[in-house]
Amino acid sequence: MTDMSYLDGNMLDGPLREVFAVDLSAATGRCQSCGMVGPMARLRVYSHAPGLVGRCPSCAEVMLRLVRAPDRAWLDLRGATFLEVPMPLDRPWAG
Amino acid sequence: MGIVSPGFQGRRRTSGPALPPGQYLTEDFPVLSAGPTPKVPLDGWEFVLSTETGAEFRWTWPELIGLPQEAPTVDIHCVTRWSKLGTRWQGVSLDTLLDGVDTTARYALVHSYGGYTTNLPLDDLRGGRAWVVHTYDGGPLSAEHGGPARLLVPHLYFWKSAKWVHGVRLLVDDRPGFWETAGYHDYGDPWREQRYQGD
Repeated sequence: MTDMSYLDGNMLDGPLREVFAVDLSAATGRCQSCGMVGPMARLRVYSHAPGLVGRCPSCAEVMLRLVRAPDRAWLDLRGATFLEVPMPLDRPWAG
Repeated sequence: MGIVSPGFQGRRRTSGPALPPGQYLTEDFPVLSAGPTPKVPLDGWEFVLSTETGAEFRWTWPELIGLPQEAPTVDIHCVTRWSKLGTRWQGVSLDTLLDGVDTTARYALVHSYGGYTTNLPLDDLRGGRAWVVHTYDGGPLSAEHGGPARLLVPHLYFWKSAKWVHGVRLLVDDRPGFWETAGYHDYGDPWREQRYQGD
């Protein structure tokens, strides 16, 4: 019997494209280490490094790392338990 | 163990290119940092070597300074593409620190005050190729460059030369460190331009 309870990861493309296209500086994040919730724009970013390192303004633990190679990039958000992203109001009943 | 590493052959390669591929020469010493500079008082400093069995070997600052000292002059290569030739250091060879340590581990995870980590094969810490250094260019190593002490592994990209070094864990299996878990190469040989995973 085929397990129909999950879908192929390709289905994430549309929903994630919608999220990753937003202005992340307007997003809110939760620090995995200390639990502080605040705007990502308040992260302390160390850029004189092999990548960008965003640290929690409260506990200084790493919340975000972004490494850019010429043809690839790595985004590590393990230090952030969530990102809350402002989205355009979804009103399927309108119009 | 002599005062100066007997196996060290000088700062320039006598043949071949002076710089690894993709690197440019710099005369100053850029400061790179992934976080705030930790302040480590010497009276609280220690270096901890732990093995895969849980055995630990510890050195305080006076104990480190009391070990045989070496004075390597080496070229260093940062993955952000600058290279600096003929840098002068003083410190203790990892051969000295590993002497008498019973291990079958093949990998090392270096850890630093402030939380930084980096991984490399244990063999690359041996053979007169790696030091815990406390002196740069004749003076105490400044905090911005990793003082009181940093690792120096000049045959690999400089992110492996962990600033503010606190210890080394010897491991049976390779465990990627801070930059290695974010896309950078597990080995990082500048002459083979191993910058990123898969290079």
